Amino acid sequence: MIRQRAIAGHRSVDISELPDNAFGHQGLVWWGTIGFMVIEGSMFVMVLITYFYLRLRVNEWPPSLRDPDLFYGTLNLIVSLVSALPNHLAKIAAEKYSLTRVQFWLVLCVLFGVALLVIRGFEFTTLNARWDDNAYGSMVWCLMVLHTIHLATDVVDTGVLTALMFTGPVTKKRFIDVSENGLYWYFIVLWWIPIYLTVYFAPRWL
Amino acid sequence: MIVRALLLVAAAAAAGCSGNQNVFNPAGPAARDIASLGWQLFIVCGAVYLLTLLALAWALARRRVPSDDTVETTASLTRTVTIATVLSIVILIGITISSVVHGRGLTSPSGPGAITLDAIGHQWWWEFQYRDLTPSDFVTSPNELHIPVGVPIQIKAMSRDVIHSFWVPNLHGKRDLIPGQVTNFWIQADTPGVYRGQCAEFCGHQHANMAFTVVAEPMDKFQQWIRAQRQPAAEPVNAEQARGQEVFLQGPCVMCHTIRGTSAGSRVGPELTHVGSRLTIAAGTLPNTRGHLGGWVLDSQSVKPGNRMPPNALTSDDLQAVLSYLRSLR
Amino acid sequence: MTDAELLERTWYVPRGVLGWLSVADHRTIGKRYLVTAFAFFLFAGVLAGLMRIQLAVPNNRFLGPDLYNQIFTVHGTMMMFLFAVPVMEAMGIYLVPLMVGARNIAFPRLNTYSYFVFLCGGVMLVATMLLNTAPDVGWFSYVPLAGPDYTPGKRADFWAQLITFTEVAALAVAVELVATIFKLRAPGMTLNRIPLFVWSILVMSFMVIFAMPAVVTGSSFLLMDRLVGTHFYNPAEGGDPLLFQHLFWFFGHPEVYIIFIPALGMVSSIITTFTQRPIFGYTALVLALIATGFIGFGLWVHHMFATGLPQLGLHYFTAASIVIAIPSGVQIFCWIASLWRGRPRFETPLLFVIGFIIIFVLGGLSGVTLASVPFDLQVHDTYYVVAHFHYVLIGGAVFPLIGGVYYWFPKITGRMMDNTVGIVNFVVLFVGFNVTFFPMHQAGLMGMPRRVYTYPADMGWNTVNLISSLGALLLVIGGAMLIYNMVTSYLWGAVAGDNPWNADTLEWGTTSPPPVYNFLYPPVVEGRHALWERTAAAPVVTGGRLDCRECLVTDVMDGEPSNKTEFPGPTIWPFVAAIFTSIMFIGSIFTAWAVPIGTVPIAIALILWFWPHAPGHDIGAPEEESTPVVEARAS
Repeated sequence: MIRQRAIAGHRSVDISELPDNAFGHQGLVWWGTIGFMVIEGSMFVMVLITYFYLRLRVNEWPPSLRDPDLFYGTLNLIVSLVSALPNHLAKIAAEKYSLTRVQFWLVLCVLFGVALLVIRGFEFTTLNARWDDNAYGSMVWCLMVLHTIHLATDVVDTGVLTALMFTGPVTKKRFIDVSENGLYWYFIVLWWIPIYLTVYFAPRWL
Repeated sequence: MIVRALLLVAAAAAAGCSGNQNVFNPAGPAARDIASLGWQLFIVCGAVYLLTLLALAWALARRRVPSDDTVETTASLTRTVTIATVLSIVILIGITISSVVHGRGLTSPSGPGAITLDAIGHQWWWEFQYRDLTPSDFVTSPNELHIPVGVPIQIKAMSRDVIHSFWVPNLHGKRDLIPGQVTNFWIQADTPGVYRGQCAEFCGHQHANMAFTVVAEPMDKFQQWIRAQRQPAAEPVNAEQARGQEVFLQGPCVMCHTIRGTSAGSRVGPELTHVGSRLTIAAGTLPNTRGHLGGWVLDSQSVKPGNRMPPNALTSDDLQAVLSYLRSLR
Repeated sequence: MTDAELLERTWYVPRGVLGWLSVADHRTIGKRYLVTAFAFFLFAGVLAGLMRIQLAVPNNRFLGPDLYNQIFTVHGTMMMFLFAVPVMEAMGIYLVPLMVGARNIAFPRLNTYSYFVFLCGGVMLVATMLLNTAPDVGWFSYVPLAGPDYTPGKRADFWAQLITFTEVAALAVAVELVATIFKLRAPGMTLNRIPLFVWSILVMSFMVIFAMPAVVTGSSFLLMDRLVGTHFYNPAEGGDPLLFQHLFWFFGHPEVYIIFIPALGMVSSIITTFTQRPIFGYTALVLALIATGFIGFGLWVHHMFATGLPQLGLHYFTAASIVIAIPSGVQIFCWIASLWRGRPRFETPLLFVIGFIIIFVLGGLSGVTLASVPFDLQVHDTYYVVAHFHYVLIGGAVFPLIGGVYYWFPKITGRMMDNTVGIVNFVVLFVGFNVTFFPMHQAGLMGMPRRVYTYPADMGWNTVNLISSLGALLLVIGGAMLIYNMVTSYLWGAVAGDNPWNADTLEWGTTSPPPVYNFLYPPVVEGRHALWERTAAAPVVTGGRLDCRECLVTDVMDGEPSNKTEFPGPTIWPFVAAIFTSIMFIGSIFTAWAVPIGTVPIAIALILWFWPHAPGHDIGAPEEESTPVVEARAS
């Protein structure tokens, strides 16, 4: 380890004792994750606003179609909210650099993620609308597909992270990755709430 | 040479404020109002621009003195910038108010006896329909609009395909024609004359050649015109015209064109019942003369490449016959 | 080994073809972005030249409607998406890490990925032009004209997917720039000591992050309507053509400020240096940038005044469109005040800034006239608008950019550009620009609509169009002069020292061009004008590692050292991922299956990208034994 020494005639701001890693907004990875979440969140906002923009232009909603069935969507909501728990515990374990706990909770996260994807698959079959039926069908599928893409991406990258925590090399940086990955999981769970309400209840309440 | 160049420049300058389709040559109350707003805006903005340039020139050219770097100078610069900002805000508020006030005045037509008509946009021609209480008295006038002077004309605009925009600068600002909805606006002419309008929203290949004519005339002439338009097509009066009608009715023309009073009833293209009476053809692209009509019928693709009308291979005699027939349809 | 030799070896830039594809260094990628964006600028400029030839005389047959429509569409699309935004981001990529005292940009591999995605998108668009399948429905691509019913074939799909390419690239760079500006600043660089150019890049990046999702949504809806039969824009099934306009312009209006705001930062940099005084009104200028960024999101309906939306709503957008003139005005006043009290050196960069003020203010004022609904209803979609936006974009963005080229060329290449040629270049471009675009105000007021491939001979538009076309010739000459000056200066220009202009920002505190590690000792900042306020015993950062790519991470608000992080070295995976991404994007124009299938190779490339010590990382790493001899830089 070769460090830069001070030079004669200049005051010195010595950074050699500073930590090599930082969780949360002190570190860089957090900013990248948050940036990505803001971008994707803005897209969700655009799509939701568009859904209601089109809703307000017609009288009947859904237009000549049945409302989506509630069962799988609500199951998804419950499982998602529960899945926040192993995610949160994985995050806490990572911040304590506790490898075995991280491994355990991450495996659980992946299992939850796979379950959510399976439920999502069933959801698509009970939406009672096709994307090419009309604008309503297009919006419903758009919201569902957009969220599913994020869900699938998160499951894959959580899976890769889990594998890494088993195969190694495990450095402190990996624990930061686990912690920031938790943020992405929250993003997906929290966005499911307004999307679920819009897809399943906007036809019923509005 | 020089005289010609000077004449060109003078003509350009003169054309700046006159001429058809010119925003600053208003022939109706709305356009007049907008033109006066336009002058206000240009005078105010022009003055602001001049002041800014003068300030810039002074800032660049002035002689520097040592007191430039003092705190007092910074303070007085701050004062100046603040005053300039406040002045700008006042001017901008004034412009906003003026704009809103002018806008309110333009939304509701004044005057009694408004006439309503439909403007329907197609790729690349205009369909104007004068509705009436009696459906059989509807008048469809493609690409040419007649309106009585001094009367507000309510227009309901829609499109059959893509977005177009109805614009007659001498009379009013533009309004888009959007498929799936009806937009309402009005125009009014105070001076009789012939005004040119043009589509002002890019609508495909021949957007550049989608113009129309607005003929503003006294009420009695307008009534005369409407009555004439209500009549079905004139019958052929000689052998050549009869031959022309025959060629028309047996040819591909009937696939797209209506001539009321005959068996041709398709609404794909412009109605030709009174085509002889119109000032232009091909949506304002060509003057309505025998020669131009002939060229259009034979090969419209060389005039408006990409338009929907195919070329027609007619023998010379048949062509002349068709032309005689069409030009008789006044 | 000396410190410099060690740093040179650690921060090496790899050689060879594989090395060229793997580099993750901000200066290299920044230069590539700049050169590529300028190439697109020239291509789109040639297209404009063709348009002006066609419009020089009435009823011209030089270009038919189909080719003309493709040309004007690609001209606009290429200028806006492949030149204007990327070139501003490129200046940010190159300059921001240097200006804040960092050794590299945050997320450098993402930077490489974004360049290759941008390049592939641009190549795709150029290919469509060469294959007569370029988009031909305008850079704004309104539906239903661009929809499945009225534009058969793939033309509009190429447009929509180009959006996706350029937005992915731009969003990635925006996130990198925000992270760099917030977290990688030199110690002592508090928020109110950040150079104005860096502030402008920060505001631009936030605008990119919030605006681009709208156009991605809008263009994706268009793609889906065309490819898989959705009905987002189909009025017959509950969709709405105006929805596209809302989504497009919600992005489209901030887009022009995204282009314009970094140019304002360049203006501030140039004025500071060429008056040799701190800029007047730093705080006001920062607040004006931020205000412009915010207000810019509230104007979009002024592009839709003719669509028949309710009057009251329209008047709100008039007010907002006029309000945004206020922060712009404040900036102009502050700059004039700076010029007033400073000692102007009339070299080429300052001339372009003066040209900017003269041209942009006129464009801004014509924008104020356009904000007025009644007046806009006459001149909307006419050549008056074409004149307006060229005045604000060329005057407001391109002139400062060219001034920036003359200003930063010495830093990037180590050579000065010829000042005499530069002065002539400025005059030719200034005159040529005004001769080309001023008559267009007149043409619009005389009733000439936009996007027309020809016009009748008896409308009175002949003279103004001929004058515009002759002016365009001058612009071509000016462009050629710029290229000539850049090339000859690069090869034979006078050698520039570290700080030939005696400027105040940190990038001038290292060699020209900077070494691969940017700064021998990471600087510490003691004031707003870092180099001017540097004392003799100025502090430097010590204790950083020389044998790995370690960077200092500081606090957001006050630049206090917080922690350290290790940056990755060159790797092939960002390039590979970009290629797979491009294949998926282009494939999805032809079949929806390209999306699920195409995702798999991308996922694999991304996994290998992030897998520590995977093969394909650290390409071209120097052997342990070889020690390149580099002169240690005297402090």
